[in-house]
Amino acid sequence: MTTTNETRKRLLLKDTRNLALWTGGWVMTMAIANFGPTFLWDHHTGLTITAILVNLGVGAGMILANIRHLKVLDEMQRKVAMDAMGISLGVAVVAGLAYSNLDITNIISYDAEISHLVILIGLTYLASTIMGNLRYK
Amino acid sequence: MKNRIKVLRAERDMTQADLADATFVSRQTINAIEKGKFDPSLPLAFKIARLFDRSIEEVFQDGA
Repeated sequence: MTTTNETRKRLLLKDTRNLALWTGGWVMTMAIANFGPTFLWDHHTGLTITAILVNLGVGAGMILANIRHLKVLDEMQRKVAMDAMGISLGVAVVAGLAYSNLDITNIISYDAEISHLVILIGLTYLASTIMGNLRYK
Repeated sequence: MKNRIKVLRAERDMTQADLADATFVSRQTINAIEKGKFDPSLPLAFKIARLFDRSIEEVFQDGA
């Protein structure tokens, strides 16, 4: 029995590392697709499309790695992760649309950037995960 | 939900880690269940009860 749970723990470690690698790869390919046209290949359309397609492919890999990671978690760990995802989704929709309204109505002087929303989602997920883990401590 | 896991564990000189290993969950999950902070799923509750050779009602009581 111990061996089986040891296997689960090893799988969890492997899948967590795998998810970190895919996420790192996705961030890197995102940066290349974003900054490459200006700093690396002087707005060559073919290279830009290729970089975006590679980023999409790596993003799909990251999503699959996340699904695999969720499957290895035990039921309480999965509940913490799912709760954090639900809260992040809610915050993203509510805050994202409010932010968009601020931009559309010109209450804010700058354009509403999607990157701000991604940062907010990331921070919300992080805070929710920490709070979820503390709740069950 | 209240439970007698801590007592049953002590009777068998079992640690939280031992129980976690036997039920394929993390020690943190066993700790949360034991403290009544997390209600286990029915399959996990049955697994725990079976491990202690008790019925599910003998291990878990409705504390609501």
